[in-house]
Amino acid sequence: MTIAVLLKQVPDTTAKIAVSGGRVDQSSVAKWSTSPYDEYALEYALQLKEAGGGDLVAITCGPARSSKMLTDAAAVGVDSMLHVVADTSEMDSTQIQSILAAAIKHCGAEIILCGKQAADTNSGSTGPGVASLLGASCVGMVSEVGIEGDGFIAQRGISSGDERVVVSKPCLFTFDKGLTELRRPNVKGIMMAKKKVIESVSAGDLGVDLGESGVKINSHAPPPEKPPGQKFEGAESVPTVVAKLREEANVI
Amino acid sequence: MDITIIAESNGNELHPVTSQLVGAASTLGGTVTVLCPGGIGEKEASEISGVAKVVSLKGDCFSSFDSGAWSHVMTPHCGDGIVMGSSSPSGRELAAQIASKMGVPVVQDLTGIDNGLMMTRSIYSGKAVETSNASGSCVITLRQNAFEAASLGGSAEVVTVDSSSEVSVAVKEAIAKAGERLDVSEADIIISGGRGMGDPANFSHLNEVADIIGAAVGASRAAVDSWDEIPHSMQVGQTGKTVNPSLYIAVGISGAIQHLAGMRSSKYIVAINKDPDAPIFGVADYGIVATWEEALPSLRDELANL
Ligand SMILES: Cc1cc2nc3c(=O)[nH]c(=O)nc-3n(C[C@H](O)[C@H](O)[C@H](O)COP(=O)(O)OP(=O)(O)OC[C@H]3O[C@@H](n4cnc5c(N)ncnc54)[C@H](O)[C@@H]3O)c2cc1C
Ligand SMILES: Nc1ncnc2c1ncn2[C@@H]1O[C@H](COP(=O)(O)O)[C@@H](O)[C@H]1O
Repeated sequence: MTIAVLLKQVPDTTAKIAVSGGRVDQSSVAKWSTSPYDEYALEYALQLKEAGGGDLVAITCGPARSSKMLTDAAAVGVDSMLHVVADTSEMDSTQIQSILAAAIKHCGAEIILCGKQAADTNSGSTGPGVASLLGASCVGMVSEVGIEGDGFIAQRGISSGDERVVVSKPCLFTFDKGLTELRRPNVKGIMMAKKKVIESVSAGDLGVDLGESGVKINSHAPPPEKPPGQKFEGAESVPTVVAKLREEANVI
Repeated sequence: MDITIIAESNGNELHPVTSQLVGAASTLGGTVTVLCPGGIGEKEASEISGVAKVVSLKGDCFSSFDSGAWSHVMTPHCGDGIVMGSSSPSGRELAAQIASKMGVPVVQDLTGIDNGLMMTRSIYSGKAVETSNASGSCVITLRQNAFEAASLGGSAEVVTVDSSSEVSVAVKEAIAKAGERLDVSEADIIISGGRGMGDPANFSHLNEVADIIGAAVGASRAAVDSWDEIPHSMQVGQTGKTVNPSLYIAVGISGAIQHLAGMRSSKYIVAINKDPDAPIFGVADYGIVATWEEALPSLRDELANL
């Protein structure tokens, strides 16, 4: 069985985001990291491989800098890496999904794990869209997955609480925060990863004709400034604040 | 222009965000059809003013959530203008699957849209705002509480369609919800506690206040990670829930950037923290420099006397 994990490199959660010329200024991002939920997808992909055997491939689509993230994934145990080199920042959901679906087919994976949403787009579109393109079952908001019989058992969050569901391959899981700790690479893993070769391709190599984006980004802007707040000293101020919440803010 | 709205349900009822979707659709102009998966809320949906038609989809596949099966049944009923849903987790999943089946783009979690179809949404966890334009049909989801709800008073026709699809995600076991309390992503007022609460048992003081004003109780990641009694479902922030209430009260929370990512768009923010330099005061509309031990009893009494 071949398992694929979709990893996206995004500005670290601590990084400042600057806007220049109507776009987020990527060159000013101080630190790039794997998108937080993708790290849980990677952790459970490793667990599935350990429990059931098979090959684990990490796939990303992004600019040249993203290859470092794939090497980091190899350091914790990913077998192979596929990098579709492209700038995704102006792509619409249809374009990114067709690239990733083609990349998954290229690797022959039938079990796919990804994040529930990326920390840059904040969308949550890619996993379900890719599942639909591949005709794979989709389980969203997963916090844990394991092997059961010929298939898989996953814990997922739905509006009324959590539930355990069973699916068989082909299937795709989008990850929420997982129930387990993330593993850290050891020295041996880091050394081995340096020797691994990343397969690097273009969208065209995968036979994907991107066409035009159906959604044009007009502009990026910093979030609207909030007027400075009012600050009060001591618990004696609680009645004042409650009065303001009622009279000024009108929220209680 | 055709606008197809995917009704959101809340157990066996229509979720109030559905009226907000209709409200937003009305500002765009066009004919509004509401699809009710599983037929849930069909009558309530037909009474929302501005709805032209309700399609009630009945089929075995709607007894549990399977976005693949649901979208298979729903996509043929989506018009080729705009398809609109709620940006709840299941709403996003369904919207993405429908968009993929229609071969059109999906844009999630809008906080604004105008009749030139200029869409506004927050990106980079609220650190930037994006405006974009769709050139043709597309699927969009809207953030809860960001749009004015349509009023009642409609009387749309309800058309029932019997159609199902093979379910591939089978529910084996439901896991009881951690508590009976209101979920943070559903609440209009939230009071959250952080590591500064000192002990999970002290969350009872937050519960007391919450009960008076009908609020949900949330938590920072430090609280969730430190104490087993505080489940991840309560976590607000980058790796927790994104919330958009009218009022967010942060107690004993420092205001780390990852926490702010989940709650910064709240309409009003109150912070209670003993450290006058805590970053949470930078986003608070009303900051109270005090320990929770001193401030919460007074807050409870003041609210109880309203
Ligand atoms: C990838 C990543 C994702 C993350 N995701 C999230 C997330 O989703 N949500 C989240 O919240 N965090 C998240 N974090 C963690 C975040 O960085 C902070 O560590 C966390 O928010 C801190 O929680 P806290 O404010 O409760 O604790 P602390 O930072 O320890 O702050 C406690 C506060 O309580 C105050 N205090 C202490 N005693 C009292 C008292 N008696 N009365 C009043 N005030 C008191 C202190 O002055 C202090 O400001 C994430 C971090 C990373 C790296
Ligand atoms: N360019 C990409 N390369 C690899 N994986 C991606 C990419 N974009 C999105 N994903 C995966 O899809 C998830 C959801 O992304 P999004 O739909 O942008 O919120 C991410 O957490 C990743 O796991």
